[in-house]
Formats: sequence, C-alpha cells, structure tokens
Amino acid sequence: MATYQLNINGKSHSVDVSEDTPLLWVLRDHLDLVGTKFGCGIAQCGACTVHLDGSAIRSCSTTLAQVEGKSITTIEGLSEDGYHPLQEAWKEVDVPQCGYCQAGQIMTAAAFLENNPAPSKEDIKNAMHGNICRCASYNRIFKAVEMAAEKMG
Amino acid sequence: MSTSIPNITFSRRNFIRTSSLASGGLMIGFNLFTACKPDAKVPVDLASLDYSDFNAFIKIAKNGAVTIFSPNPEIGQGVKTAMPMLIAEELDVAWDKVYVEQGVLDTKNYTRQVAGGSQSIRHGWDALRQTGATAKQMLVNAAAARWGIEASECTVSEGVITNGKGETLGYGDVVEDAAVLEIPENVTLKEPKDYKIIGADIKNVDIDKIVTGKPLYGLDYKAEGMVYAAVLRPPAFGQELESFDAEEAKAMPGVIDVIKIGAKAKELLSKEKISWTAQLSPSEKVVVIAKTTWDAFKGKKAIKATWKDVSALEDSKYQDDKLVSLLDGVEFNTLRNDGDVNQAFAEADKVLERTYESPFLPHNTMEPMNFFANVTAEKIHLVGPVQTPEEAANTVAQLLDRDIEDISLEMTRMGGGFGRRLYGDFVYEAAEISDAIGKPVKMVSSREDDMTMGVYRPAIKYRIKAAVKDGELTGYYLKEAAVNGNMYGLIPNFFPAGAVENYKVDVASYPSKITTGAWRAPYTNFLAYAEQSFFDELAEVMEVDRVQLRLDLLEKVKGTTDERIQYSPERLQAVIKEVVDKSGWGKQPEGVYQGFVAYYCHNTHVAEVADVQMENEMPVIKKVTCVADCGIVVNPLGARNQVEGGIIDGIGHAMYGDFAFKDGVPQSKNFDRYRLIRMKEVPEVEMHFIENELAPTGLGEPTLPPAGGAIANAMKAATGKRVYKQPFMADPSFWKTTAKPIIG
Repeated sequence: MATYQLNINGKSHSVDVSEDTPLLWVLRDHLDLVGTKFGCGIAQCGACTVHLDGSAIRSCSTTLAQVEGKSITTIEGLSEDGYHPLQEAWKEVDVPQCGYCQAGQIMTAAAFLENNPAPSKEDIKNAMHGNICRCASYNRIFKAVEMAAEKMG
Repeated sequence: MSTSIPNITFSRRNFIRTSSLASGGLMIGFNLFTACKPDAKVPVDLASLDYSDFNAFIKIAKNGAVTIFSPNPEIGQGVKTAMPMLIAEELDVAWDKVYVEQGVLDTKNYTRQVAGGSQSIRHGWDALRQTGATAKQMLVNAAAARWGIEASECTVSEGVITNGKGETLGYGDVVEDAAVLEIPENVTLKEPKDYKIIGADIKNVDIDKIVTGKPLYGLDYKAEGMVYAAVLRPPAFGQELESFDAEEAKAMPGVIDVIKIGAKAKELLSKEKISWTAQLSPSEKVVVIAKTTWDAFKGKKAIKATWKDVSALEDSKYQDDKLVSLLDGVEFNTLRNDGDVNQAFAEADKVLERTYESPFLPHNTMEPMNFFANVTAEKIHLVGPVQTPEEAANTVAQLLDRDIEDISLEMTRMGGGFGRRLYGDFVYEAAEISDAIGKPVKMVSSREDDMTMGVYRPAIKYRIKAAVKDGELTGYYLKEAAVNGNMYGLIPNFFPAGAVENYKVDVASYPSKITTGAWRAPYTNFLAYAEQSFFDELAEVMEVDRVQLRLDLLEKVKGTTDERIQYSPERLQAVIKEVVDKSGWGKQPEGVYQGFVAYYCHNTHVAEVADVQMENEMPVIKKVTCVADCGIVVNPLGARNQVEGGIIDGIGHAMYGDFAFKDGVPQSKNFDRYRLIRMKEVPEVEMHFIENELAPTGLGEPTLPPAGGAIANAMKAATGKRVYKQPFMADPSFWKTTAKPIIG
C-alpha cells in the first residue's frame, strides 16, 4: 500500500492503495468518478480514456506512480456543465446508442483536437480508430468530431 | 402480414386507473398489453410506486409538468425515448415539458417488460397511445365541466385547453378535477397526419448524462456498505470445480473473504421447470470478496483451483466435423415442407448446392456483465443491467427459495445488450453471493470473464440446394446444423417460402456444454447472409438479373392464402425498387462494384446495396444504401441510429467475428484477440424509409442480418471470388486479386 497525491479535474485527492492499482479503478471505486468506463482492462478499447497533462491515456493500464504530480482530467472535468464543443456536438448529432463508450470517445477526441485543431477527415479517422463502439455509432462520432473541430477552429 | 392502423376503442377500465396524488396532481397507472386486476389501485404518492399493479405511470403535476415512467429496459435501442413519445403525442403535450424516468420491475403482472426481438414499439403502439389519449380526454372533460360546456367544444394544443371564447386552461389547472372523474370509455386516436411528436427527430433522453459521465449504468451503481465480488469459473466448457486453495488470495490487501458458490445454482438447474434465461454453468465457482473491483480481480488471479473434466471438451474442429456430419445425415426436424423437393431436384435442368459456415460469436457488450444484490432476511434488492427483469427476479426467488413478493429489481441503463443480457446468470451469481456473505455486493466481470462465460451465438452451417427447370426456380431446400440448435418457429415462413412450389426447411443439432443463445437478430443473423449470397449465385446460374429474380418470386406470393407466410411481398418489392433507385444499382461509376440483398425479419422489410472498391488489390466497403419499411417511423433520428448501427454491426461480425474453442476453452479472451469493427473500416451508410401509415415495427435488429450478404455479393462482383464462410477476413490473402478464386 502507498499514499498518492493526485490532481484530478483541478482538485487534489489523497488515496491510499496498492501500488499496482490502475488509475481507472481509483477513479471509479475510490473517488466515485464513474464517468470513466471499464471496457477491457488492457488498453484495447478506449472506454477508460482520460487526459494526463492534456494527452489522452488509457487509465486502465496506467499506475498512480505514472500520474502523480501531473494534471488528470476526466469526463467529469472536461467542461463546466457539459458545454465543451465536443459535448455540444455529441448532443447535436445525437451520437450515442447505449452510450457506454462515449465518454472515452469524447476524451480521445478532445485531446486530439487540442493538438490538431484543423484535422482532415483521414486525421479524424486515424485518431478515433483506437476507440471501440460496439453499437457502431462510428459515423456519428466522426460527424460530431468534425462539427466540433469547425466550431473550435 | 401488413396491418393498417385501426381506430381501436376498447374499454379503458381494462388497463387504466387514476388517482389524486397526495402532493397534488394526477397519477395515471396503466398496464401495457394486459388488463389490470379488478382491485388494482394507483398509489397516491411517488414513494409507494411499487409497480405491483401497473407497470407504467404518468404523473401530471399541478404546474403542468408531465413525468412518464417508461417501462421497458433500455439497451441502446432507444425505447426509453420512443415509448414515452407515443404517450406524449396523444396526451398532446410539448416534448420539452416531458420528463422521462426508467420504470422499475413489476414482479406481479407478467407483461412484456423485455428488450428483445425488436418488439417494444410494436407491442406498445396501441396501449401507449391509448393511455395518452385517455389522459387527455379526462383533462378536457374537467375543463369543459368547469366552463359548463361540452368537451367537444374544446381544443387542445401542447397542454393548453381552449374554449370557444378563447379562454384557456392549462393541464395543471384542471388536473385535480380530472383525477376524480370517470375514466372515459372511448377515446379517438389522432390521425397520422396530425402527429407532432411521432415522426419528429427526438434526441436520446439520457444524452446530457452520457456526455458528462454521470452514473447511469449498472457498473456505476453503488450502495452503502457494498463490497465487490469477482467470480472464478471453469476455464473450459465441460469442466467443474474440483478443489481450490485461497490462502494467498485471502492474505492480499483489500480481500475480505473467499467463498464458494454454485450449489444453489446446480440445484436450480436440476429442477424440472426453470426459466429459459437460466443459462448457467453447473459448476461450483470460487468468489473473491473485496473492498474494490481491482482487489477482487487481483485476488481472483491468486486463487489456485483444480478443475475436473465432466464431459467432452470440444475443439472447433470437432464442432465443424459434427455439424458437417449432421448436414450429410438424414436425421432432421422438418419445420416446413411444401410439395416434393426431391422430385424437383430429380426433374431439374440445373441444381445448385452450397454450404455456408459460421463460428460462435460472443456478444461483447462494452459494459461487462455485472449486477448488484442485497439479500437480507426481509427482502432482496437487485440492481443492474438485464434485458429480462421479471425472469431474473423469478429465478432468484426460485434459487434462494424466497417469495417473489420479497424481491425488488431496479433496471439501470445498459452498456449494450445484443441478447447477452436476456440471460440472468450474472444476476443469480450476485444473489447467491450476497445471500452467502450477508452483505450488499456488486458482482463485476472482467472482459476476460465476460468473453469466456458467454451465452454465444452458436456455430451454424447451412446447406442450401435449389432446383431450376425451364428457367424457373422449382425447388428450394434449406438445411441447418447448429450447436445446440438455432432456427425455429416462424423463420421457415420467411422469403422464399410461398414463392417456390417445392420448398423444405430441415434443422439438426447436437447438444453441447457450451452455452448458446440469442445474439442480436437471433436465428437470422447468419441465415440472411447465407440465403442472400445463395440467391446472388442462383441468379448467375439461372442467367437472370439478381433483382428481377427476387421481384418475380415475390410476384408469385401476392394474394397467397397461406397464413403462415410472414412477410408482405408488396412491401418487400417496394423496398427493393426503392433501393435500386437510391443506390444507383446498375448505374454505378467504373471501379464501384455493388452487392444487392432484400430481407424480411423482425417484422420489418429491408433492402440493402453495398458498394465496394478495390484498394491495394483488396476489396474495401465504401458505402451501404439501405431502404427499410418499418411502418410509421416513430423517431426518425433514433431510427437512423438503429439502421446504421445494425448494418455496421452486421458488416463487422461478418468480416472479423471469429471465436474458436480448444479443449473446451475459448481462444479469444479480450479485444487483443477478438476483432471488432473500428472507425477506419466503417462505410458510409445512406438510409431511406418507406413512408406509409402502417403500424410501426422494430428496428433494433432487421438491418443487421442481410448486411453480411450485401458485402459478400459486392466483394464477389469486385474480385470474382465468392466466400462461403464467416468471418470473411479470416485469411485476407484470399481476397488479393492476384490469388486464385476458390469455389467451396
């Protein structure tokens, strides 16, 4: 067991967990931030995507030692009240079906658009290829990312 | 067969009751699909909504706000949005004034509170509209009484009642009066042309919560004092627990206890009458109870268990051989037999016979199986994602030998269903664990647990044989061999039944310890590819146009007196003609190769055209054009989502879905070894709906089955190679245009 100081969504949290506990389960079980989803546990599906100093990472395969002292953003902290251009676009396009993967999709897209504010269609497809949507809402995810990019650009 | 919308006027007393809410306002309780008990009473406050007499409620508050408690489970198919739309339409309120809450399970009145078979909208269509219309009539009657005029002198728009003088009363103003009025015997439903909400693009009612990460799903649910449980099950189908050593696990941080469950489940399985949803391993299981999910997962890995073989441990090779021998054999169950197919083959000018093969498929919902249970001496509380809540509650009562009255079940939003959550194994496990430890518990599956404890779509093989004489299709013989069985019921009465004089459907199966069951569009999800691929090849053999072949066959079914026939030849012809037009069939630009399919299942008629182009000597699916006839489209936005998702899901599994067994052990356990379709492999999907005023049918499934056929036919057009086995991309080199065509 070890104690870690975490900076999540601008707030400081102290957690006492075993060293190998992935960030995902600390968020979900210890801190009640359940917006970050568990999908595969091996960084294959993207449902658990959060930001670490602005970059998209897979929280299911990230230990606390890797994130201590850095800034973590989860879907709950992406914007005040859900008004990030991507969240707005997601609502406008009515992207979700079951909705379970969508927080991870939005977090992946948000980090991507930060680094590439004027993406090509190909760029968007490459960026989003790592996130699985079992309901296959891919074309609407694509449309929403494109829409948000236009609004942000 | 097609039905037009009747103006049904049946007694409201059979399924509707009203009461005044203690806090003011009107509460309407109703039952979809069944009559209420004569003594049923609507509760007078929200806290006592126990769904014991009614499975759905509408609350109209004094301020005019309307809350609809939607009864059916939501798995991503959109019913939590679409079902309340039907009530709101006839109640005549503005959609943005309507709040929707997920209903709780009614354990006493067995109605169709199930998400499965694309039936929620189809079954709820009449009852939901009539409930809304009845409530509206009561409010109008109350307003008319206050004004001292006839109800017929009032008009209503968006929750405001207006009399001849232009005076207005809101629903909230008259709701108290309405609550004590007689329930009107007859109400008139709106004409489709007057719809304001039905047919409008209404967004997912949970969208704000979804995009901001609010707790919605079973896995997000927490309760005071709750612990977590991970379950170690036999690694192979056909094995059972022999012994285990939990010493190391028990010493791990966060691990509270290690227990054994399964004795009760085993007893349940031995009972004469058990629910069809009780797909369970008969083995005992080792359960790690821990403070967090991660502690439980880690503890499970530290268990040293030994397993004993109790029955054959199957390999995919064994299954393949077994299914082929069944197809080659003579032991079949005949589901439909018209004329004499053998005579047709004997007299035929040409005979075409092909065999199509598919693997098992896991469901792989994004949210792994999980459930919350709190079993106490007084009551049992269950919370989580399940598509069959009443079956789950009943089976838990049977499992723990408890009274059904003691059980409450709350449904959460589900991170996908696809049929997996029809089966309640994870509910029973959670209940058995909570019963054993006397604590509230959340049973959580890892992805590996989820993929290897499946209730899979069975491996299936079809052999289809057709007889052609004098340029006509004179015989059609479909044989199915499936692990544990697959096709049943009405499916043998789908197209081309009724269109071919000599027609026969035979099925065979062998029993396996591998649990199998419904997978999105059950029974047809693979059949449609096989048949539509066969028809494509049959057209080549008959030297006729692919589309015309279907149109001509359908022509023969028109006016049929055979009541078993499920599809409408007129509606299937209509979607075919529309898709030919919309897809530019036969007029595609150079380098675009098209594949055509037309199919009926789940009460909906669908035609699809896939466009394939060659890139780097490989066929690439660029676009699918789909025309669907699902009657009135209740929510076009939700409908397009379902149609598109179904097509891409169908393509993804036809292209990549593979699931093999070795010594009874699933060979794929996670997404590193199981390929699901991803963003870059997804084609554009263009969707059209036939506009008519026929009663709506479901859309969660019908576009999926034929999609595999559409792409197989298009890839044949592009490469000259026809594929007889799923997944199509098992060996990508097969498709390289330099490779030699294989006919199988």
